Amino acid sequence: MPRPVRIKDHHQELQLFERRALAAAVIMAIGFLAIVARLVWLQVVKYDYYVQESQGNRIKIEPIPPNRGLILDRHGQPLATNAPSYQLELTREQVPDLDETLLRLADLELIDARDIPTLRKEIRGRRAFDAVPVKLQLTDEELARFAARRHEFPGVEIVPRLTRYYPLGTSSVHAIGYVGAISEDDKKVLDLNEYAGTTLTGKTGVERAYERELHGKAGFQQLLVNAQGRRVEVAGRATADLVRKEPIAGNDLFLTIDHRVQKVAEDALQGHRGTIVAIDPENGDVIAYVSSPAFDPNLFARGLTRAQYIALTEDPNRPMYDRAVRGVYPPGSTVKPLFAMAALEYGVVTPTQTHFCRGTWSAPGYGRARRDWDLRGHGYVDMRKAIATSCDVYFFEIARLMGIDRMAAFLSQFGLGQPTGIDIPGERIGILPSTEWKKRAYRTNKALAVWFPGDTISVGIGQGQMQVTPMQLAHSVATIAARGKRYQPRLVRAIRDVQTGEVRELPPKELPSVKTSDPGIWDVAIAGMVDVANAPHGTARPYVMGTPYKMAGKSGTAQVFTVAITERMRKAAELAEHLRDHALFVAFAPVESPKIAVAVIVENAPRGGSAYASPIARRVLDAYLLTPEEFAAQEAKRKSAPAAKPAQNEPRGE
Amino acid sequence: MSYDALDASRTQRTLTTTARLLLALHLDGPLFIGLCLLVGVGTIVLYSASGGNIAMLKAKALHFSLALVVMVALAQVPPRMIRIAAPWAYMTGLALLIAVMLTGDIAMGAQRWLDLGIVRFQPSELMKIAVPLACAWYLHERALPPSLPTTLALGIAIVIPTALIAEQPDLGTALLVAAAGGMVVLLAGLRLRYILCAIGLLIPLAYVAWKFLLHDYQRQRVLTFLDPQNDPLGAGYHIIQSQIAIGSGGVFGKGYLRGSQAQLEFLPERSTDFIFAVIGEEWGLLGLLTLLLLFMFVIGRALYLAASAQDTFARLASGSFALTFCVYVFVNSGMVIGLLPVVGVPLPLVSYGGTAMVTLMAGFGILMSLCAKRKLVSR
Repeated sequence: MPRPVRIKDHHQELQLFERRALAAAVIMAIGFLAIVARLVWLQVVKYDYYVQESQGNRIKIEPIPPNRGLILDRHGQPLATNAPSYQLELTREQVPDLDETLLRLADLELIDARDIPTLRKEIRGRRAFDAVPVKLQLTDEELARFAARRHEFPGVEIVPRLTRYYPLGTSSVHAIGYVGAISEDDKKVLDLNEYAGTTLTGKTGVERAYERELHGKAGFQQLLVNAQGRRVEVAGRATADLVRKEPIAGNDLFLTIDHRVQKVAEDALQGHRGTIVAIDPENGDVIAYVSSPAFDPNLFARGLTRAQYIALTEDPNRPMYDRAVRGVYPPGSTVKPLFAMAALEYGVVTPTQTHFCRGTWSAPGYGRARRDWDLRGHGYVDMRKAIATSCDVYFFEIARLMGIDRMAAFLSQFGLGQPTGIDIPGERIGILPSTEWKKRAYRTNKALAVWFPGDTISVGIGQGQMQVTPMQLAHSVATIAARGKRYQPRLVRAIRDVQTGEVRELPPKELPSVKTSDPGIWDVAIAGMVDVANAPHGTARPYVMGTPYKMAGKSGTAQVFTVAITERMRKAAELAEHLRDHALFVAFAPVESPKIAVAVIVENAPRGGSAYASPIARRVLDAYLLTPEEFAAQEAKRKSAPAAKPAQNEPRGE
Repeated sequence: MSYDALDASRTQRTLTTTARLLLALHLDGPLFIGLCLLVGVGTIVLYSASGGNIAMLKAKALHFSLALVVMVALAQVPPRMIRIAAPWAYMTGLALLIAVMLTGDIAMGAQRWLDLGIVRFQPSELMKIAVPLACAWYLHERALPPSLPTTLALGIAIVIPTALIAEQPDLGTALLVAAAGGMVVLLAGLRLRYILCAIGLLIPLAYVAWKFLLHDYQRQRVLTFLDPQNDPLGAGYHIIQSQIAIGSGGVFGKGYLRGSQAQLEFLPERSTDFIFAVIGEEWGLLGLLTLLLLFMFVIGRALYLAASAQDTFARLASGSFALTFCVYVFVNSGMVIGLLPVVGVPLPLVSYGGTAMVTLMAGFGILMSLCAKRKLVSR
């Protein structure tokens, strides 16, 4: 069947077209309405959100680290400053391949390949847009090496920064401490917003203890960045109101350290392991703070290489070890004046009561017979002479008469067995033995927890289990010098507000005084100590006589290795150096109105405390008490004069 | 006679002269003005979007001059000749598309260009015009609404070039070519049941296309459109950044040359496909509404001209041009504001790009030729 032929109807077709065109127009209108609705949604309803997004898109916030406060000695001599240097910083989000970049930096010998795992962890730990330092304090040569290949390292930039600089190198290092790269542990205590641009933080010493004062407040600046994250000054006229908040520099610290004295003390200990702490008895100011050997804190600010770090930590002389507050030593005879005063306080002897010393001591129930350091004996000794000659027998006897708990109770008033409270971290408390202490120390082994009478006798001459830190020792001597008045030792004397320039003096902190029923007992102890340095029978007289001021002192020898004394004498020369006794000396001066108290410890010294440590103590006193001219003259005299001859057959250990 | 009157008469005369000139050139005044305004807007925005690139402005002016010449020239061609040429244009275009497929230049990873020595030429652009003309030509002598065989024949005629262009691959142009042909069929009065059938067929077809025909990057575009946050620095970056630009423009915009998204280069392809977002950022909602009204005016005027055309061929072809132009606007703005997936379709006449502008203006030239009032002259 043929299909019906459809005739073209022009009028109907026009109508059809118009209907379709109208429908299209309606659909078009709906489409436009949809677009307008969407535009209203984006530009009106969600306007605030998108404004935020676009701000975030173009403004990058960059932290500005504050300048770290300076550390100055008591006279304003700079000990820690800031020096401009260049460091290499890496921004993770701009680095195409982090591992590969680090490997190539290692190839250029800018970083140590062995440090890469640590660095990677550090970089991953920070925000992607934070610039993380990978190499501090570039040398000129390193700078040039990197600059030549810079284009190969997108995301790694040379940034000028102020870094910590210690102009005097190793001097006072244990007191000042040092700064180093912020570690994971540091991050737990630091406010990361404040430290976003900071690379270094105090690790030890004053740098750590006063971190809050030294660091200051971070500033920030908003930077206009383009889509690649690059900083742009202006783009078209699309400048923004960029906010800049200036950082507030950290405050400057004035230490109590007198660099002149410090230097003399350091020189005196040169080549020895040992420590010197000098304190002003009138306020607790630490005048000198030496732990020898020392190390260069600039290494840490510069970023240690692995090899340098290993060299430092594995040095048998332990230069990083702060002997002044962390080292514990048997005080030896240096604590005898304290026991003498305890004996007077408890009334077990009178000052003038004599005791006959025949070179050995024994008592029923007190174990083996004890030898005096001088087997010839000191004959009849009263208290003053007992101190001056350091008669062991006398002190064995008064120890027996007092008993350990009374001895400990009296000495604890001088701060032994407890922290001195010095204003840097890491202080150890040593051991002030008592029956109570022993019970606590050996609570896991009841058999050893019993106090034996013999223990008391050893403690009576500062041996046995007794241990003190040099800081505690110096503090106790300062307490004697101040006749019982005690000040907490401190390293920071004043804080200078960098904004206002105002110097805020920190008041000395007085500690509970030593209570004595009769002030006269101080006179006895001090008289004994004066005799040590001045009386013909004084143990240290040959080495320190002739001071222009009146000096009081006490020598000590601390056993490192116990051998029978006769055998020790024979073997002294043969003993390995690190097994030799420590030489100790404590002193203060001038006796009439003491200005300085000092404790000197020379580890494994070739000779005893009087012979070896007392001249060092005297030099420190000289440096502090004499004018620079007088001191220079004194030093010249010392160099020309032959070393004082030791008394004939002088036994070691007094 | 006062000077005022003299002046007024001079103004009158000038106007009349312009109108007479337009009439003589078979140009439609309102449509012509609308087109010029759109290109003007495009030029002003281009200055900001390109970061003050004078070379691009000069190029745009050159494109426009060339496009104007093409438009005016085509407007002079008698409608009958256009109708006769339509199937030949279609066949030529098809041949060139095949030639491109075999030998074409590879530019930007896509095979679209045919190097003719002097100019490089995109046959797919020709098809944007040739396909609707050929469809209209085919329907001109037939009774409307089209019968099923006619519709199927047209369908094949549309699908072949579309498939060839999509294969280049150039999804945007393929879409526009298909739309241009489809518009002719729709305007011809395609029955509703066919439309529903086609939609029914489209769903399985879309599935097949998704599985086997689409390139990875095309699939990625669709996926990204569905969830741009999925890939904020990759394919989703365009959409996120353009929405930030538009949203942060607010009602009044950040001001000319002050759009931070555009000036700081966060917005990609801001001179071409994403110029709509630059306008939204710098001129705000008001700017975009003005622009959309201008587009609606141009489309409405073109549709009006089509409806008042004298024969079926003229009506269908012109109507198709008008509606395809509308599809351009929808697809581009829909993509920029996140309503449609990212397809490489520029904002007509506003975006930077010579080929697209010449093609569009050529279309309007033909439209003006077909719809010019010349009752006595031509025919």
